[in-house]
Amino acid sequence: MESKILKIESFSAGYGKLLILKNINLEIFKNKITAIMGPSGCGKTTLIRCINRMHELNKEAFHNGDILLDGESIFKMNPVLLRRKIGMVFQKPNPFPHLTIYDNVLAGYIINGIKLKREDRDRIVEETLRKVALWEEVKDKLHLRGTQISGGQQQRLCIARVLALNPEIILLDEPTSSLDPKSTVEIENLLEQLKNNVTIIIVTHNISQASRIADYVVFLYLGELIEYGKSEKIFTAPENPKTEEYLSGKFG
Amino acid sequence: MKIFKDIVFRIFVIIFSFFAIMPLIFIFIIILKNGIKSINLNFFISLPKPPGEIGGGILNAIVGTILLLIFASLITIPIGIFVGIFLYEFKNRKIGEICNILIDVLQGIPSIVIGIIVYLWVVKKMGHFSAIAGSIALSLIFLPIIIKSTKETFEMIPFSIIESSLSLGASYIRTVLKVMLPCSLNGILSGILVGLGRISGETAPLLFTAFGNPFLNFNINKPVSSLPHLIFTYTMSPYDDWHRQAWGCALVLIFLVFILNFISRIGLKKWKVKF
Repeated sequence: MESKILKIESFSAGYGKLLILKNINLEIFKNKITAIMGPSGCGKTTLIRCINRMHELNKEAFHNGDILLDGESIFKMNPVLLRRKIGMVFQKPNPFPHLTIYDNVLAGYIINGIKLKREDRDRIVEETLRKVALWEEVKDKLHLRGTQISGGQQQRLCIARVLALNPEIILLDEPTSSLDPKSTVEIENLLEQLKNNVTIIIVTHNISQASRIADYVVFLYLGELIEYGKSEKIFTAPENPKTEEYLSGKFG
Repeated sequence: MKIFKDIVFRIFVIIFSFFAIMPLIFIFIIILKNGIKSINLNFFISLPKPPGEIGGGILNAIVGTILLLIFASLITIPIGIFVGIFLYEFKNRKIGEICNILIDVLQGIPSIVIGIIVYLWVVKKMGHFSAIAGSIALSLIFLPIIIKSTKETFEMIPFSIIESSLSLGASYIRTVLKVMLPCSLNGILSGILVGLGRISGETAPLLFTAFGNPFLNFNINKPVSSLPHLIFTYTMSPYDDWHRQAWGCALVLIFLVFILNFISRIGLKKWKVKF
């Protein structure tokens, strides 16, 4: 039996008067890749931004219902500590422009003022960059600024920056939508390897990407959860006609 | 026809740009011509001689200007950066808008008025003229420049950078200190240098605050001279030698402003963060 790490219970959220997510119930399995799919504006990004409480940074934001991480409500935790457990990678690669590649990997420690010994730093940087398959490419230029490498490398650096904090879950918001096909494949392969140690939730627009990497698929439509299940099942025999229409490209 | 119009337009643009920089070139030539005669080592390292005696230097004014700039910076830079951050934070709220307008008004107050106000507030309370009073007067002119440059550089930071810092579990204060300030270092420093250039040439607010002093003084509790103030008093005097020295002093001052601007434009490139 696969264990569940995250439980979303009758969860609604939105901004101001606009209700974006409507009564979502969902359980995310540990060490699996869960893809969240759906047409634009269906609430995919809002959903994952709620999971690490980035949603509430907007002053108009509101939410109802609960999200439980290992059985504990995330809304009762300190958001700052929660975000170290649930890391996030954004659509556009955004390494810190004022830090070197080396310091970008350690950014979570540096910005939070966590002091590390020299050898620990070196070890974390090398280990993490190896995990994201970037070590060989950048080991001779760790002193360069984080923005001086290619877009695909920058995105892997952003994943490294999150991994360095040893999170339980990584949220990825369309991480490959601004990358070329080669970098996209590299990131997809990387996610497949990473899932042994960490749970991955990825928002994607790209149906074939979801079918390539996801173990579970969530299909959202207009803020409602239409279908959720194992990826083989959703892609071969979806229960809901809406899912089938979306997958066959009738809308989206 | 279109090409013709294009050419005419270009010619006008070139002519007018030429007119715009001509005054600067003339000013520079005149000051260089008149000022270079009085420039020698003695000019920088000796004090003024009594009226009628030939020679002497402007050491008192150089020391005075340095004292005034240092103390004005100590007062203004921390306050200015904090207010800049505050305005960036509250830019969409009423209080932020009101503060913005107030700072624009502060920037628009004539410097002589600032001099009078500081005379009332500081000089009268302390009972004597002093470098402190002069620094406070200069600070009031310096402050809006730093506030605006801080706010403007903060506004240039993409939100995605701030967001990614928060998503790594950083508190807001740490994000300001460790991400936003380092990213805007270049802009803030160049604001400081441009501001220093601006206040180093201010005379009016110093007339009734720093007052001027023909002797060498390092005590900030006593009156000091300054480069623009020395130019003012020497030009008003009937002595030819003092007039010559005023030209020399003007050359030194222009050179100082030039250096400050040059550093802020070119020297700070290394610190620039590209997003």
